[in-house]
Amino acid sequence: MEQGPKLNGAEILIRCLHEEKVKFVFGYPGGAVLNIYDAIFKQDKFKHVLVRHEQAAVHAADAFSRSTGEVGVALVTSGPGATNAVTGIATAYMDSIPMVIISGQVPTYAIGEDAFQECDTVGITRPCVKHNFLIKDIKDIATTMKKAFYVAASGRPGPVLVDIPKDITAELGDFDYPKSVQLRSYNPVTKGHLGQIKKALKLLSEAKRPMVYSGGGVVLGDASEHLIKLIKSLGLPITSTLMGLGGYPSTDKQFLGMLGMHGTYEANMAMQECDVLLAVGARFDDRVIGNPTHFLSRPRTIIHIDIDPSSISKRVKIDVPIVGDVKSVLADMNDLISVEKPVQDSVALKDWFTQIEAWRSKNCLSFAMSSELIKPQDVIQKLYKVTNGDAYITSDVGQHQMWAAQYYPFDKPRRWINSGGLGTMGVGLPYAMGVQLAHPEAQVACITGEASIQMCIQELSTCKQFNLPIKVITLNNRYMGMVRQWQEFFYGNRYSQSYMEALPDFVKLAEAYGHVGIRVENPADVEDALKEAFSPKLKERLVFMDFMTDQSENVFPMIPNGKGLSEMIMAEEL
Amino acid sequence: MRHIISLLMENESGALSRVAGLFSARGYNIESLTVAPTEDPTLSRMTIVTSGSDEVIEQIIKQLNKLIDVVKVLDLNDGKFIERELMLVKVKATGAFREEMKRMCDIFRGRIIDVADGSFTIELTGSGNKLDAFIDSLDKAAILETVRTGASGIGRGDRILKV
Repeated sequence: MEQGPKLNGAEILIRCLHEEKVKFVFGYPGGAVLNIYDAIFKQDKFKHVLVRHEQAAVHAADAFSRSTGEVGVALVTSGPGATNAVTGIATAYMDSIPMVIISGQVPTYAIGEDAFQECDTVGITRPCVKHNFLIKDIKDIATTMKKAFYVAASGRPGPVLVDIPKDITAELGDFDYPKSVQLRSYNPVTKGHLGQIKKALKLLSEAKRPMVYSGGGVVLGDASEHLIKLIKSLGLPITSTLMGLGGYPSTDKQFLGMLGMHGTYEANMAMQECDVLLAVGARFDDRVIGNPTHFLSRPRTIIHIDIDPSSISKRVKIDVPIVGDVKSVLADMNDLISVEKPVQDSVALKDWFTQIEAWRSKNCLSFAMSSELIKPQDVIQKLYKVTNGDAYITSDVGQHQMWAAQYYPFDKPRRWINSGGLGTMGVGLPYAMGVQLAHPEAQVACITGEASIQMCIQELSTCKQFNLPIKVITLNNRYMGMVRQWQEFFYGNRYSQSYMEALPDFVKLAEAYGHVGIRVENPADVEDALKEAFSPKLKERLVFMDFMTDQSENVFPMIPNGKGLSEMIMAEEL
Repeated sequence: MRHIISLLMENESGALSRVAGLFSARGYNIESLTVAPTEDPTLSRMTIVTSGSDEVIEQIIKQLNKLIDVVKVLDLNDGKFIERELMLVKVKATGAFREEMKRMCDIFRGRIIDVADGSFTIELTGSGNKLDAFIDSLDKAAILETVRTGASGIGRGDRILKV
């Protein structure tokens, strides 16, 4: 226990954040958190980033975490502050991002009386957090905060919300931060079962058509190096989910591209035709394997490594489950390989790769260039070229997101920041803020569309305040492109409410916020415009690039809803 | 198939709604749910009667284990167990009905715990099936009110659910 003058609850809370070595708190003040903001005023150990909407605070903290691996922290007030944060929390929850969200609450004596700016924050957020707490006693602040950070970051990570009533932040008490916490009800497994790992290795090395499918768990678990070692030592083909991109170098020849609804032909065919499948930190969701019955119509043995037992056999029956931290399990598997030196069927493997190359030669991502219309895919490819493939890329949700995933190969983990699970339009700009603050010297580009960007466009103001030199790459096709694509394919070209009427002049809008705006209408200008945006002259500036792209372009390949992995629609088929 | 799941959880406000919320959010069935503190006041014990395929039950157990407040989960159907439920039934008891009700109550080993001019209140314990059988054997018109606790279950012999 610390001796000396007592602290108020708000100061205790801030001291907890100092103990956790928090660098940034993304937030927005309000009545119920005024004591906390007063305590923030008196400290300088972390920087507070004032956003323009609470949703963006949570998204920015989320992206800070995605790009660094540290726990992201957001602070919002009671009532509308908390409800505005919900979209951000649900987004982080679906992608298992470790975060602590602190929400103010009305004073304890007013709870339940329909007080001004009161809502049942713990109740509202319960289904979209890993856990949440309502602090009812100043003595519980430190332990609760310790638990919150521990629960958020351990096991399968996730957002944890701490709701703190205003009177508790004003009371006086002592500060005593626990070094560690134990929860009898929460003991996440880390080490995988060695017997299962041996079994998995035997299956993999005896396989005639092995395949590896890696997911967001590899990125979140910092397991890239171990994954690369495994893939290289056994010479396996590998694909990745949207969330796993960068977990294995995308430019490596053993990498078959992303799989799933908009995955490559070779990745989806290899998934369907393999005889032994190793899934690493992935969850066989509907956008990845399509129709599970169709997927199971081909016999194959499936090994699944995941830290969350409930991910195993949820949609697809698993033959060899390995519950454990992905990094630790892969390390054990690599150790086993160096000891056992498994003998593989090299003839079968060679045949398998010949088949894969045949699928790859279909060149499923090729697209026709035009001299009049800017092709969105071309913008992404040129962005890759101009940034030397080394930028942090955030995206919103829709066609542009898929094109970014398809045409910007990521060679490093934590470079590709997007909302995979919840599919939240509007994340792109706040995500770029969190990433740019975490990596001030890095090139950060937000690939977005004219629809998504408008969902959090007010954050251009935050970017100005904090001098964030983000490059916003808007693929402006005047449509909610993915909605339009589905309406074209499955709703007889009835483009119901998907055309964006009355768009603002984004160049002037960017300038009004104090940024640089560039409109690009000619395909011949794409590369030069990008070069200008990333030039030393504009290094310190946010550049909002408005690319007027081909309105009719669609994302291919595509597995229609409810269809199987091998039932892709290819670009040339339409 | 019907399963009885027992679990121990932290006796904290909100813990019950985490479990109930999980069932509704994921579309699992709840036939009944009972909860009360144990001899250790920091723990509550809950008994959930649910139904589903083996895969669904497996997911339910995993999802329950995932809740931070849940300390231990046991699917009683994995071994031998005893199930008991308490029911109170208020029935019409007038004229010839009075003797008939008394007889039925004896057959099912119930107890009449309240006697009024026109009604009896019968207390009955047993498995859900037994309580159903009792209700079925009564004249529908004679039943004024029923209240059931939902099943509680405990493993036989060495099967013990304790922290």
